[in-house]
Amino acid sequence: MAQVLNVAQLPGAQLPDAQLPDAQAQVARRTHLTLLAVPEMHCGGCMRKVELALASVPGVECARANLSAKRVAIMTTARAPTVEPYLAALQGAGFEATALADVDDNTSARVQDRDLLKRLGVAGFAAMNVMLLSVSVWSGHAGDMPKSMQTLFHWMSAVIALPAVAYAGLPFFRSARNALAAGRLNMDVPISLGVGLATAMSLFQTARGSEQVYFDAAITLLFFLLIGRVLDQRMRVRAASAAENLLGLRSPAASVIFADGRIERIATSDIVPGQRVRVTSGERIPVDGRIIEGSTEIDRSLMTGESLPQRACVGELVYCGTINLATSIDIEATAAAEDTLLADIARLMATAEQARGRYVKLADRAARLYAPAVHILGAATFAGWLLAGQGWEAALTSAIAVLIITCPCALALAVPAVQVAATSSLFKRGMVLKAPDALERLSEIDTIVFDKTGTLTFGTPSLVDADTVQASVLAAAAALAAHSRHPYSLAVTAAARSRQLRVAHAKDAVEIPGLGITGVVDGVSVRLGSASFCEVTACGVTGHTPRGPAVWVRLGTSAAVALKLQDSLRPDAVKTLQTLRASGYSIEILSGDSRGAVEQAAATLATEAWQAEMTPADKIARIDALKRSGRKVLMVGDGLNDAPALAAGHASLSPATAADISQTAADAIFQGARLAPIVDLLAVGKAAQRRALANFAIAIGYNIVFVPLAMAGHVTPLIAAIAMSASSVAVTLNALQVRGAVGRELS
Amino acid sequence: MTALAWLVPVALFLGGLGLYAFLWSLKSGQYDDLEGAGWRALDDEQHPDMAGVDARPAVEKNASCVKDMRALT
Repeated sequence: MAQVLNVAQLPGAQLPDAQLPDAQAQVARRTHLTLLAVPEMHCGGCMRKVELALASVPGVECARANLSAKRVAIMTTARAPTVEPYLAALQGAGFEATALADVDDNTSARVQDRDLLKRLGVAGFAAMNVMLLSVSVWSGHAGDMPKSMQTLFHWMSAVIALPAVAYAGLPFFRSARNALAAGRLNMDVPISLGVGLATAMSLFQTARGSEQVYFDAAITLLFFLLIGRVLDQRMRVRAASAAENLLGLRSPAASVIFADGRIERIATSDIVPGQRVRVTSGERIPVDGRIIEGSTEIDRSLMTGESLPQRACVGELVYCGTINLATSIDIEATAAAEDTLLADIARLMATAEQARGRYVKLADRAARLYAPAVHILGAATFAGWLLAGQGWEAALTSAIAVLIITCPCALALAVPAVQVAATSSLFKRGMVLKAPDALERLSEIDTIVFDKTGTLTFGTPSLVDADTVQASVLAAAAALAAHSRHPYSLAVTAAARSRQLRVAHAKDAVEIPGLGITGVVDGVSVRLGSASFCEVTACGVTGHTPRGPAVWVRLGTSAAVALKLQDSLRPDAVKTLQTLRASGYSIEILSGDSRGAVEQAAATLATEAWQAEMTPADKIARIDALKRSGRKVLMVGDGLNDAPALAAGHASLSPATAADISQTAADAIFQGARLAPIVDLLAVGKAAQRRALANFAIAIGYNIVFVPLAMAGHVTPLIAAIAMSASSVAVTLNALQVRGAVGRELS
Repeated sequence: MTALAWLVPVALFLGGLGLYAFLWSLKSGQYDDLEGAGWRALDDEQHPDMAGVDARPAVEKNASCVKDMRALT
């Protein structure tokens, strides 16, 4: 089945019939699967629109959207030569999609995910049934269960538990074997040893008709541990698929103009530096290049985080993945497809993610001490009893009791219980903690690096001095703006609404993409758009243009009026940064935006450390420099260009408006217009760390009491059960105290 | 004791049934898109959509072949 699955999921692959059973071969013979990434798919309505739009494309049998992965699988009867009809259909429905044709599908990760879930299911089934039998035996001690019945129950437990332990425990056994082969110890070694020894010893005791049988402990432990593994695996699949969707932003094909004037569509990967490429309006730029003909507006948000379109004239560099908004341009490729800035971002992100993977979690550090300690104690117990003249069976029974008692129930709960309590309390305050282990990294933060656009600011423009604009002009502009979704238009509409102007209905409104809108308002023809569209000045001439971005409006033949726009700061940005600074955090602003804009924002926020015009690589370099000087950096950013920096930071945070890739790279996401959640998040991180340490103290205290008892051979299953649940309850209650930390000032 | 002769196999059978149901649901891809599944339950398929055009034929065509796709993936 695995083979079938691999072939079937290769986009557009023809399935080899010979390997398939009849029914499947029949399906396979007439089908091809294509995968598209649709990053803007956010709800059920979107899924439906995406599926229906694709289903109406000729040749498409059906389409199935996956909301979690933000992908759609398309099944077709014949192999389609390009994915462009699908992309066009989706564009018609209002979605931007990208092909995942040259991206490896994360099939192996998904297969692993299913494999772990299967093992979890088996462990759960076995754990419940073995527990059912064990509880009967335990209560039988108090009642009148005859010895023969006990032995029968033990045998039944063995029959259920043995295959289940072998199957469900395989991932742990493998990992332990690999660790030992490499000469290391990991948490899986004591787990494997404990489970393996407990199972083997229980089998032996069952055969002898003894009372000390631990099948239930072995299989239940595996069940709980597998839950953790599954959650971990899911997180990783999600991160991997988001990185692949990023690479999907490359256009699959591009129009290349050859020396003899011929225009041909060729695969992006075949473009060589020096070739002339035509990019039409609305198209993503396929490779990094220099404009050699035409001037246009470019959406550079992928690179700079700046959502406002920027003018680009002949001679300027444009980057792969950015969008040509206005007119058709010709560019000369300066890099091959695999050397573009976009490919660099994906590489940077992968490297940064790996670096973070090397961070040793508190629980793992504990495990490094704990694992050898457990083994030594177990071995000492065995040797001690043997030397004391007891038989090897009694000695081994006591040693296993030590392993079972130390099987890290409270210890395993210590950190996750705190994480659950912290996550839920943060959730109530509008923050989603994606990576619960980020809490302990957050508690160590001493430096906070902010991106500007979209993080400290809203990332959407608003009108400057909206009150000084003549009311009739603004009303006319708003009448036209109502017909457009351009960020500038939204700003004009919002300004008119906040001044409560009466906005007339515009007749014959026509939007010319990248330029502006024309229409008739109250009998006067009005133009709203770029300077050139309103016949003010052309590209390159800045004499009459105000500083910064602006949109022009022209009523009839009167002179055009400029409406200045700016990206405003979040309402509590100044106060939040003050609070953070007062609590001892040092703050920096790293932005891809222009010098002037960043300088102004930094001045308002009283932040001295700022840098502008930074590329994603610059941001990573700065964060690495901070790291080398011993700082623990919290990166707060939203743009695609911040994604590598988010992955590089010791911990990271994104607003909910951030690009999907950035949200994936970030540890936590905050919602709403305010920045105050950052203060809460850091407070919770610190409180969580305190509670986690207290939990370790409780767990260790429990071991200090019970391990000697177990070594002395005094622990019966009943005592073990009571002790284990008591310590777990204590740890959980302590963890719940974290909820009080939110809303308190930083300490 | 005859109670036990019944009880234990019945418990195992019911547990096995649950396990089988879980493995089946896993194999049929019900855990592949947990977010989307929640939305699909709310989807009213009888509702004309897409700018007033009756979407029913498209919805039915799509639903009939999604099964085939499942068999493959």
